[in-house]
Amino acid sequence: MSADHHDHDHDHDHDDHAAIEEGGPPTEFELLERAIRELLIEKEVFSADDLRRQVDRTDSVSPADGAKVVARAWTDPAFKTQLLADPKTAIESLGYDVGPAPNLVVLENTSTLHHVVVCTLCSCYPRVLLGPPPDWYKSKEYRGRVVVDPRGVLHEFGTELSDQVEIKVVDSTADMRYLVLPPRPAGSENLSEQALAALVTRDCMVGVTFPDRPAQ
Amino acid sequence: MTYAFQVGQTVRVKGGDPPGHIRTPAYLRGKLGLVESLQGEFRNPEELAYGKDGRPLRPLYLVRFRQTDIWSGYQGPATDTLSADIYEHWLDAEE
Repeated sequence: MSADHHDHDHDHDHDDHAAIEEGGPPTEFELLERAIRELLIEKEVFSADDLRRQVDRTDSVSPADGAKVVARAWTDPAFKTQLLADPKTAIESLGYDVGPAPNLVVLENTSTLHHVVVCTLCSCYPRVLLGPPPDWYKSKEYRGRVVVDPRGVLHEFGTELSDQVEIKVVDSTADMRYLVLPPRPAGSENLSEQALAALVTRDCMVGVTFPDRPAQ
Repeated sequence: MTYAFQVGQTVRVKGGDPPGHIRTPAYLRGKLGLVESLQGEFRNPEELAYGKDGRPLRPLYLVRFRQTDIWSGYQGPATDTLSADIYEHWLDAEE
C-alpha cells in the first residue's frame, strides 16, 4: 500500500474492494477438472460458451420450479395423472426444457405412504426441477443414516410419522432422478395455484418434511 | 427390450465386492427384494466410468426391499421399505 493512501487517522491495512480469492493451492480434483475441461474445449467436443450456458442453466433452476409443478398437480387431476405416468411430457407441457437431463420419476406421498429420497453413492438429485442439492443432502451423515434409520432422521428434521405410515426410502443409485409429490395440505382448498406453490418447499419435494400449512 | 425379470418377481442382489465403479450399493448386496418396476435400458456405468461405450445396454430395475431384510436391527415397523435401481447383471432369480 502506498504511503499517500494513509491520509486518515488510523493505521491498519484495509481494502474494501478485495477480489474474491480461493484459499490455498488447487486440489487434485480441481486440477483434474481443469485439465479435462481444457482438453474437451480444445478438441471441440463443446465450446467454452456451451459450458457457460449449461452452468448458467443448471444454476438458474430453483425449488420454485418444482413448486410450480406440484401446485399444478394439486389443482389439475389430468396433469397429475400425466406427471406420475410420464413426467417428462408433463413438465415440458409447462414450458420446462428438460434437455439431456436424466429420467425423472415422480413419487406420490399419501397419508399411508411416505417416500424420502437419497443418493447413497454420490448426490444424484432432480436438478432439472430443484436446481443444485443442499449441502445436507450431499453430507455423508444424511446419506449414511437415512437408509438405516429413516424415522430417526425425519425426527431430526422435525417430521413425525406414525407407524401406520409406510416409510419408503428411495436410493437413486442409477439413471433415474426422484422427485416427491407431497400431499396437499389441509385448509388449502381455496388457495390459488400461485398461493399453493408458495407452500411447497424444497425439503418436502425430497420427502424429509411436509409442505407448509396455509396461514389461518 | 427384453427383461430377464418381471414386476413382482423375487430377486436376490449378487454378493461380492468387485473392484471398479459399481453402482450397486454395498448394503444391498446379497439381499432379497421384489422387482417393483422396469426402468428401461441404459449404458453400463461400470464400463462408462473407464471410457468405454457402455454397450450392450443393460436393463435397469427398481427393486424394493423390506427394511427388516436389509438391517437385522431395524427399529421401525416391519412395513417400512427401501427401493433402489439395480442393473440386471447384479440380480439373480430367487425360487
